[in-house]
Amino acid sequence: MLSGWGRMSPAECEVVRPAAPSHLSDATAGTGTWIARGLGRSYGDQAVNAGNRVLDLTQMNCMLGFDAGTGVVECEAGVSLEALIDTFLPRGYFLPVTPGTKYATVGGAIANDVHGKNHHAVGSFGNFVESFRLMTAEGNLLDCAPDQNSEVFWATVGGSGLTGAIVSARVRLQPVETGYVTVDYERCKNLDDVLARAHDGDDRYQYSVAWIDCLAKGGSLGRSVLMRGNHTPLSGLPTALSGNPYPGTARRMAIPFDFPGFVLNAASIKAFNEVFYLRHHTRQGVVTDWNTYFYPLDQIKKWNRMYGKRGFAQYQATFPEESVNGIVRLLERLSATRRASFLAVIKRMGSPNAGLLSHPIEGYTLNLDLPNRSGLVDFLHELDRILLDHGGRLYLAKDVCAKAETFAEMYPRLGEFRAVRNRLDPNNRLASNQARRLKLVEVPA
Amino acid sequence: MSAAAPRSVIIAGATSGMARACAAVFAREGYAVALGARNDEENERIANDLRVRYGGTAAAIHFEAADFDSHEGFLTACAEALGGEAGGLIYFAGTMAEQRAAEQDFTLARTMIDVNYTGCVSLTEAFARRCEARQAGFIGLVSSAAGDRGKQSNYIYGSTKGAMTVYAQGLRNRLFKSGVSVTTVKPGFVDTAMTFGMKLPPALTASPEQAAEAIFRGVVRRRDVVYVLWFWRYIMLIICAIPEWQFKKMGM
Repeated sequence: MLSGWGRMSPAECEVVRPAAPSHLSDATAGTGTWIARGLGRSYGDQAVNAGNRVLDLTQMNCMLGFDAGTGVVECEAGVSLEALIDTFLPRGYFLPVTPGTKYATVGGAIANDVHGKNHHAVGSFGNFVESFRLMTAEGNLLDCAPDQNSEVFWATVGGSGLTGAIVSARVRLQPVETGYVTVDYERCKNLDDVLARAHDGDDRYQYSVAWIDCLAKGGSLGRSVLMRGNHTPLSGLPTALSGNPYPGTARRMAIPFDFPGFVLNAASIKAFNEVFYLRHHTRQGVVTDWNTYFYPLDQIKKWNRMYGKRGFAQYQATFPEESVNGIVRLLERLSATRRASFLAVIKRMGSPNAGLLSHPIEGYTLNLDLPNRSGLVDFLHELDRILLDHGGRLYLAKDVCAKAETFAEMYPRLGEFRAVRNRLDPNNRLASNQARRLKLVEVPA
Repeated sequence: MSAAAPRSVIIAGATSGMARACAAVFAREGYAVALGARNDEENERIANDLRVRYGGTAAAIHFEAADFDSHEGFLTACAEALGGEAGGLIYFAGTMAEQRAAEQDFTLARTMIDVNYTGCVSLTEAFARRCEARQAGFIGLVSSAAGDRGKQSNYIYGSTKGAMTVYAQGLRNRLFKSGVSVTTVKPGFVDTAMTFGMKLPPALTASPEQAAEAIFRGVVRRRDVVYVLWFWRYIMLIICAIPEWQFKKMGM
């Protein structure tokens, strides 16, 4: 049984794990559909293909080359972000863009065009992909770059693996002087406060994100802690740390079993939120190691077990700049239905790229974890409606139950995407549960 | 480790998941590595990966476990690539055919015997002579818990590993006075291409990376026998303690 990280909709799939790129054509031979999968951190049913094949590409994880002058690494698609950090941080390079987990693969990062806390400044992962090699459903190898097969390039960046399997990629890393981030914390008393501060101050920071208390109501609706930072220069490192400017990763604890469903309820989350808000008073210049700043949840292995057997949905809603009051409506609905989100963050997003199904648009994004309690799907559809009414959009890496009509309305370039796809995959060999549900591929009648 | 053993190692059978992970640990720890494998393209892919990640020497050298006459030449080629005789050898080469198929088709059984056992003896004896000559070195032989007791489900494969285990015991005995260590590795269940798709209990199954760390530690500390997950030692003790008259009736 295979599911996404949110574990909401498991399905029986035939999993094959090619050991090397040379095994890819065998792994995709035969009939039926297939989809590539990396480390399985997408939340929904994106890398799940019920009754059909899923290609686990995690063993296709060799590094192919590195140019120490430009910071461009060439590697196979199954290389994890963690491996890139482990290998290249000691040489002074960090990921140009990182999602909230380092347990994602380069292929997955491209297929979701992932974004991170620096989206407002530099955009998403696809912006740093110099080129990649794609194996199409027809078995052809296609080299793609912004100026080579560019249609295919921008259909694949954010394309959920539906253009083929990414075999290898060249990614431009960013030079850093240390493995630390100097973080400023600011408490914001409500949503207006945090949005105003993000709008005015984010330009001074490479990274910006706010933790938001979804249970606060009335005048405190959207009270938050804004956490913004810049890579610490060598000169900014306290003497105690300057001996080891590039720290490694620490040991992790694990959630040993599924928590019973009641552990995360409105009361426990409210208590957590209270403590979190009170502990994070406004302070400046906190030097934090990369692992703690970028990947707080990675410290806990299998943290998805916190939500119990039924799993959870992650809901990410991005609103255009001019309709941020959509966030207010969303938060009000959450607050009213007592559907607390244990971890909720809000972030200002910068310019989008040319990815046909790439998620980011300029504006604000809100990210929620919602335990799978009865009525969740209906509730998410209700949120989808609010999102649509405000010109916003969902994120394929998180989506687990949206309707095809909703998605089509949110992504106006879906038609172009389908056209590129049909050309690359005339026999409809590529598919996933999500792609069928959202009609990203032709669904047999 | 004796002072004379250079920080270099030969990995024979380098393209399996466990061997690759083990080569990575040696490379990370600053060892020069020579990778031996039959598939040159795969081998070079892995060697290149080690060079990009760790910056040291990592050479891909053609190796055929079942071509016994080529083994001296292979060791010489490794020594050339490593800039001197290798400090150690780890024998990973191994193949497992489906038991039922091997019962019907002797060529399948024979390949397992040739690759897993005869090839191991051929290469290791050649390497042992070189070690004896300079009174230094380490040898790791990746056997299997499957060799501790014959079971109907995979006794042909198991017998090649059992032979390897006995061979390692005797070799250890012989090389002790020369200051050369011989470590027998019994990985237990490891999540590799060989076991992918089998329904292995997750709690008893190690990742290739875990196995690699355990093998590296065991070999450089000159241990005699290494189990990757400690409880496998006790699982096998129990399995081996079952009387044969009882064991033969069990469907294992």
